[in-house]
Amino acid sequence: MARIDIEDVAHRYTADAAWAVDALTHSFRDGSASAILGPSGCGKTTLLSILSGLLHPTRGTLRIDGREATGLPPRQRKIAQVFQFPVVYEAMTVFENLAFPLRNGGMAKDEVKTRVKATAELLGLTASLDRRASGLSADEQQIVSLGRGLIRPDTAALLLDEPLTVIDPLRRWEIRQKLRHVHQETNATLVYVTHDQTEALTFADEVVVMDQGRVMQVGTPRELFETPKHAFVGHFIGSPGMNFLPCRLAGRELLVDGHRLPVDRNAFTDPGSGELELGIRPEFLELAREEVDGALPVRIRSASALGDHHLVRVALGERPLQVRVPDGTPIPTECGFLRFPPEWIRLYRDGRLLT
Amino acid sequence: MNRTEHPRAWWLVLPVLLVVAFSALIPLMTVVNYSVQDIFGPGQRVFVGSEWFREILRDSRLHAAFGRQLMFSASILMIEIPLGVALALAMPTRGIGVSFTLVILALPLLVPWNVVGTIWQIFGRADIGLGGALLRALGSDYNYAQNAADAWVTLLVMDVWHWTSLVALLGYAGLRAIPEACYQAAHIDGASRFAIFRHVELPKLRGVLTIALLLRLMDSFVIYTEPFVLTGGGPGNATTFLSQYLTKMAVGQFDLGPAAAFSLIYFLVILALCFVLFSFMTAGDER
Repeated sequence: MARIDIEDVAHRYTADAAWAVDALTHSFRDGSASAILGPSGCGKTTLLSILSGLLHPTRGTLRIDGREATGLPPRQRKIAQVFQFPVVYEAMTVFENLAFPLRNGGMAKDEVKTRVKATAELLGLTASLDRRASGLSADEQQIVSLGRGLIRPDTAALLLDEPLTVIDPLRRWEIRQKLRHVHQETNATLVYVTHDQTEALTFADEVVVMDQGRVMQVGTPRELFETPKHAFVGHFIGSPGMNFLPCRLAGRELLVDGHRLPVDRNAFTDPGSGELELGIRPEFLELAREEVDGALPVRIRSASALGDHHLVRVALGERPLQVRVPDGTPIPTECGFLRFPPEWIRLYRDGRLLT
Repeated sequence: MNRTEHPRAWWLVLPVLLVVAFSALIPLMTVVNYSVQDIFGPGQRVFVGSEWFREILRDSRLHAAFGRQLMFSASILMIEIPLGVALALAMPTRGIGVSFTLVILALPLLVPWNVVGTIWQIFGRADIGLGGALLRALGSDYNYAQNAADAWVTLLVMDVWHWTSLVALLGYAGLRAIPEACYQAAHIDGASRFAIFRHVELPKLRGVLTIALLLRLMDSFVIYTEPFVLTGGGPGNATTFLSQYLTKMAVGQFDLGPAAAFSLIYFLVILALCFVLFSFMTAGDER
């Protein structure tokens, strides 16, 4: 498997269209499992097509293992792709489907057989090798197309474009398990595109968050959750997303809606004066019945039980906030006090994290 | 889903039932009735049982017409289906060319059959027809009225001109329905252009091609107007197909009994052919 570097890559579909992908620079490390996460239309599928060679970027370069590959057609890049909708060759059996990329490359018969057997073994397809691909269920077909991607001995990377979209929710977990198993076994470079953060965060060790053609943040799932570098990432990651409140810095404290909040001044350099935004995750807010030091008075609007936690909607003055309260913690009924732990407060100016 | 029975709905089906009865069922029963009787005139008839059927099945001229019919249908299918698919593959997929090609292709389909016959009858004439005169000028002694081979070629070319568009349009619709991802996956799998056609396009076209094949088979098997206008079945009997033979028998000689028996056999043959073809082409689906 291989490392893929993209440098200042940009693409637009027509000369007067907006940039679908804008000035991207990133490296997909050898053997890494990366996820590209973003809302629909953020340019993630375009980026994937650029990686696989189905699309030539308007600008920028792409290197596979250090070798220039921007102009190479898909078959010469040796990058495999699994699509949103399962693509199988319907008239062929599962065996023939898996063998197809090998036979196109002119591989000897015996070798084809060995490789198909090994791949089928890895993916648990051995029992259905002789079945017609058209007769398989959607999730089995998706596994077959995954197998076609993995089977070539020289595959540089495997791209997955929202591969679970049409899969029955009950089978998704199974396919995700299989993917992780495959990643461990083969050490393949995987790039997984999705708009579903759960998928991205459970699958990848590195997540690229995109919006409007730009990379908002690259990091581990933990980094994205704890320290979103951009307000968009705060909104987009987490369920529900980060709370944001307009605020000002006054010495060692934050002024929020006329209230004062202590803040860790060492966490960022002096931002000067002006409007800031305070961001804090619903998970880190602490709701109490009694007044505690530094807590702000809030009104309780509603609370809903969501399995192992409650989601409480509160109002600080007129500002709505959401708080995630673990099960078993008493929830005040009308008024309560909300503590903002200073270590979890993030400050944003124009949507960017202050550091 | 919950289904409620509405007995009154049957009344809505009644008009169709009546139309079908008058246009198909009653005439068919009349034909069945004729086929077992010898009819001398109004009110004068004798029940003859299966005699007409036995006679028809032994009729050597009919055997010859049947052979010609099979030959004709097989030939046009073997030309029109591949040619139509090739056309569909070559058609533009975007831009102004799409509407232009579609209109051009649809034109022959809009021409009535007798007009098609007339067009080619004139086109092929050596004295005033462009095609015929051109062939003459090139040194050929082409004459569809006297040479059986020329008559056959003219008929085939005419049918191909008239009906290949249908196959092409159906094929084009089928091709447009193939998701882009199928092509992309094939590119990534390193498939050649031919492999894409063989393993992506052709399997996806099977449905529409089955329909095209059945339509063309049924239609060509009952072809009547065009050869009637172009050659009148000649020279000799060279282009006399089943329907023409039947018309001669029924309307020309008023042999109603044998003609009715013939019609029924003709009908069953088409039905059987279509059934066999259809079963063959959809056989893979259940596996």
